[in-house]
Amino acid sequence: MVRDAGLIAAKDLRVELRSRVATMQVLPFALLVLVIFAFALDGDQTTLRTLTAGLYWAAVLLAAVLVIQRAFAVESVDGIRDALRLSGLRPASIFLGKAAAIAVELLVVEVVLAVGVVVLFGSTLRGWGLLVATGGVAAVGIAAAGTLYGVLAAGLRVKETILPILLLPVLAPVLIGATRAFGAALGDVAVDGWSWFNLLAIFALVYGSMGIVAFGSLLEES
Amino acid sequence: MTTLTASSTGSRGSRILGVLALVGAAWLVILALAISPADQTQGELVRLMYVHVPSAWTAYLAFALTAVGSAMYLWKRSQWWDLVAASSAEIGVLFCGLALLTGMIWGRPTWGSYWEWGDARLVTTLVLFLMFVGYLAVRRVPADPHLRSRRSAFVGILAAVDIPVVHYSVKWWRTLHQQATVLSTDFDPKIDDLMLFTLVFGMGVFTLTFLWLLVHRFRIAWLEEQVDEVALADAIRERRSEATETALAGAEP
Repeated sequence: MVRDAGLIAAKDLRVELRSRVATMQVLPFALLVLVIFAFALDGDQTTLRTLTAGLYWAAVLLAAVLVIQRAFAVESVDGIRDALRLSGLRPASIFLGKAAAIAVELLVVEVVLAVGVVVLFGSTLRGWGLLVATGGVAAVGIAAAGTLYGVLAAGLRVKETILPILLLPVLAPVLIGATRAFGAALGDVAVDGWSWFNLLAIFALVYGSMGIVAFGSLLEES
Repeated sequence: MTTLTASSTGSRGSRILGVLALVGAAWLVILALAISPADQTQGELVRLMYVHVPSAWTAYLAFALTAVGSAMYLWKRSQWWDLVAASSAEIGVLFCGLALLTGMIWGRPTWGSYWEWGDARLVTTLVLFLMFVGYLAVRRVPADPHLRSRRSAFVGILAAVDIPVVHYSVKWWRTLHQQATVLSTDFDPKIDDLMLFTLVFGMGVFTLTFLWLLVHRFRIAWLEEQVDEVALADAIRERRSEATETALAGAEP
């Protein structure tokens, strides 16, 4: 199962590397969101620095919608979805593979955005253990929920508009949790960041197991 | 042509339910506006609670029924459960909107603002509202009925699974780092007997109204499905007869 998941993930990442859509469109978009925040908040570095954690995760979430849409758009052509269904791979492996590829792409987005907030907002990053752990587990959670909703929306004619409205409310706990954990790591808010890390881990576990159970049925119908 | 005849979605049972809900609503208005006393701290504002709390209760009930209906659909694959889930979600969104609206109207004079992010229930209810708006959006997308049912059922269940996580995250969000400033102005624990009765009575009336709406919405949804099937069968029959006519015309040169 893990080997099959690896195959799917490697396929998706190879497509992204070669097509450059993720690097030429999604990453610039993520940085653009930071620039938009700066414009909206009057370019005030002090405000931007205080709000770093929240703005960072809002940017990640918006970029994640694009990453997820992209992950299923590559399969909408040439009957690739049918090929996947006929490949004999277990649906759970396909789910894990797709989610892993999305998670890897999200991690890249997160790293770029981290550099972005340091450069554009003048934020100082500290509390590295918590930062890295939160970034990782949030990426897994977003990827797991995103893969589920992505495949659900993929078969619809209105997939571009329906995905955000389904996905973003569901990701509300991730946004809150990751923002709080980052805030704790950066020393902006005095909370126990690791309890937020636990909440994010639970979210990732819940949607991960839902995906393993339900993905086959969702892939079949789309 | 196959014909469907149904002059109304009412039946003896639903009419009794409707009359009970109507009489109950009339009593609720009298109880809430005239008989029950004003609150010591909230004054006349407390009367809004007799709409707000029952609305919220009905919304939660409706969403729970949608989740159950979705799960039952996936298990039994029966159109019946699918339509129960769909009808319930629609009414749930209506009452959830009503609960949010009355909550905001109440919040303005009580908290000084329409919205209070520190109130976990309020924020969770908003997220819930948005999720089920998404559910209704998925239902609206034209698709094969079975496909649509299955897809909607998953959306319903996935939303239900998220609710506890949303609630805890929103609750910790505020309470973990600052004192809850809002909860102290919440309900007076020493609630008057008549006020409590009015509140529980309101919940009962709203539940009856919900059931009445549900019965009718379900019947309309059921009839719509039947009409679609009949129309499809008719269209197929017409095409078939056209094909036979052409074949016959072709056979005799």
